[in-house]
Amino acid sequence: MYVYADNAATTALSPKALEAMLPYFTETYGNASSLHSPGQRAAEGLLWARETVAAALGAEAREIYFTGCGSEADNQAILTGAALGARKGKKHIISTAFEHHAVLHTLKKLEKEGYEVTLLPVHENGVVTAEDVAAAIRPDTALVTIMFVNNEIGTVQPIADIAKVCREKGVLCHTDAVQAVGHIPVNVKDLGVDMLSLAAHKFHGPKGVGALYARRGIALVNVIEGGQQERGKRGGTENIPGIVGMAAALQEATTDLEQHMAYVTGMRERLIEGLSKIPHSRLNGDREKRVPGTVNFCFEGIEGEGLLLWLDAKGVAASSGSACTSGSLDPSHVLLALGLPHEIAHGSLRLSVDSWNTPEEIDHILQVVPEVVKYLRDMSPVWDELERGVTPHLI
Amino acid sequence: MPLYSETVMDHFQNPRNVGEMPDADGIGEVGNAVCGDIMRMYIKVRDGIITDVKFKTFGCGSAIASSSMATEMIKGKPITEALELSNKAVAEALNGLPAHKLHCSVLAEEAVRAAVKDYYDKSGIAYDPAMFGCDSCAHEHDQAPAEE
Repeated sequence: MYVYADNAATTALSPKALEAMLPYFTETYGNASSLHSPGQRAAEGLLWARETVAAALGAEAREIYFTGCGSEADNQAILTGAALGARKGKKHIISTAFEHHAVLHTLKKLEKEGYEVTLLPVHENGVVTAEDVAAAIRPDTALVTIMFVNNEIGTVQPIADIAKVCREKGVLCHTDAVQAVGHIPVNVKDLGVDMLSLAAHKFHGPKGVGALYARRGIALVNVIEGGQQERGKRGGTENIPGIVGMAAALQEATTDLEQHMAYVTGMRERLIEGLSKIPHSRLNGDREKRVPGTVNFCFEGIEGEGLLLWLDAKGVAASSGSACTSGSLDPSHVLLALGLPHEIAHGSLRLSVDSWNTPEEIDHILQVVPEVVKYLRDMSPVWDELERGVTPHLI
Repeated sequence: MPLYSETVMDHFQNPRNVGEMPDADGIGEVGNAVCGDIMRMYIKVRDGIITDVKFKTFGCGSAIASSSMATEMIKGKPITEALELSNKAVAEALNGLPAHKLHCSVLAEEAVRAAVKDYYDKSGIAYDPAMFGCDSCAHEHDQAPAEE
């Protein structure tokens, strides 16, 4: 059995989405900007996709801008908030320490251009509070950008409360909802956000497509200059097959969402219960305020990359926030933001399941993970010292 | 192309000489848990020959494979030869390591040297301290992040 438990990284393309996409690669290949009938048929597909995505998010079709990925949507939203603020002399932006790099690196760039950025702490449970946001807002705050669901630990942020605070103080509010859309209810009007980013491949749509919701009245700043595509806010011939695939996948993911959430939550609870039985393990992030499918554990005394390689060999695809997998000397910035020491953060494991997974697959994960953790601990000098009491257990 | 060579995967999944040695003549431990890898190497020495080696490693796949390969390369060899073991030789024996994992082979070389130094210290064998100028965890990590 091979279990794909890395759906927060990306998902398999849904057959329905594929079916919706295929004609746009072959017979309906026109450019949506063309006047002839092949072009107009492509334009109809684009319109259908825009209306479908808008309906799924509780937005108007004209408020949806298709992009090349979630990162592009994040970039565009933040650069827009920054530019709109600067016109009024506001150059302060609030975010959190555990955002995705699409957000953090855009903010870094803005800092170099003279903006001031406040990164709020996310507390031990990985949840920022609306009170934290309210306290950080200043007269010169232009934008608050906070992720809806954290990609590594799965905690859900109180975006509606945060957006309310922003509205009261006249500050723009963006949320990176890449890990939320298709997994929990996301309605832009209920949330009250000004901008929201999503990516198709996180909910069984194709890779290479994202979207930005921007409330009517928000004049987006272009990331890509070009033609009149996307109301002139994103140049480049539209990726019609991808966009149609995104809409079809979102329609499917949001149909019977409550039912899917209950099913996936049940599997997640089994994972948490089962993995908590491993001695000196720790669930990262709030126990309750989390997306249905994501769990993140730390296992003391082992390193994440070896864990992932062994899990892969034994039939489980997962991910980790260890330095060897994060691409730097430091382990994941998300785990460090929770206050975890480096040596603990190196031994992290993220499992992300969704409605495509089965209870039998959970059985397999729960059989394999404890075996691999024990095996790696048996060869770990760190575990040896912890067990002999040379160094104290931290978890 | 997969991240690791077949040899690396073999030594990772079937590590040679893994374990402890209660009556070791020399024990070397290098690395740092904060950095994410620690190697501990045990050696048994008879008449200047390393008769047995064991290791324990906390670290990524290439750290475990590098430790395993290094133990194979010094087992049964004279100490003088073990001291000549270079990280390059370990990496080559593994059929190569990705550039950002070369520090794992450096750590293996350092672990061998640390074990020999400990053996010299415990046995009262005189040596030139300059032979063992090593600073663990000063290695560079340079890897493109796996983003999502």
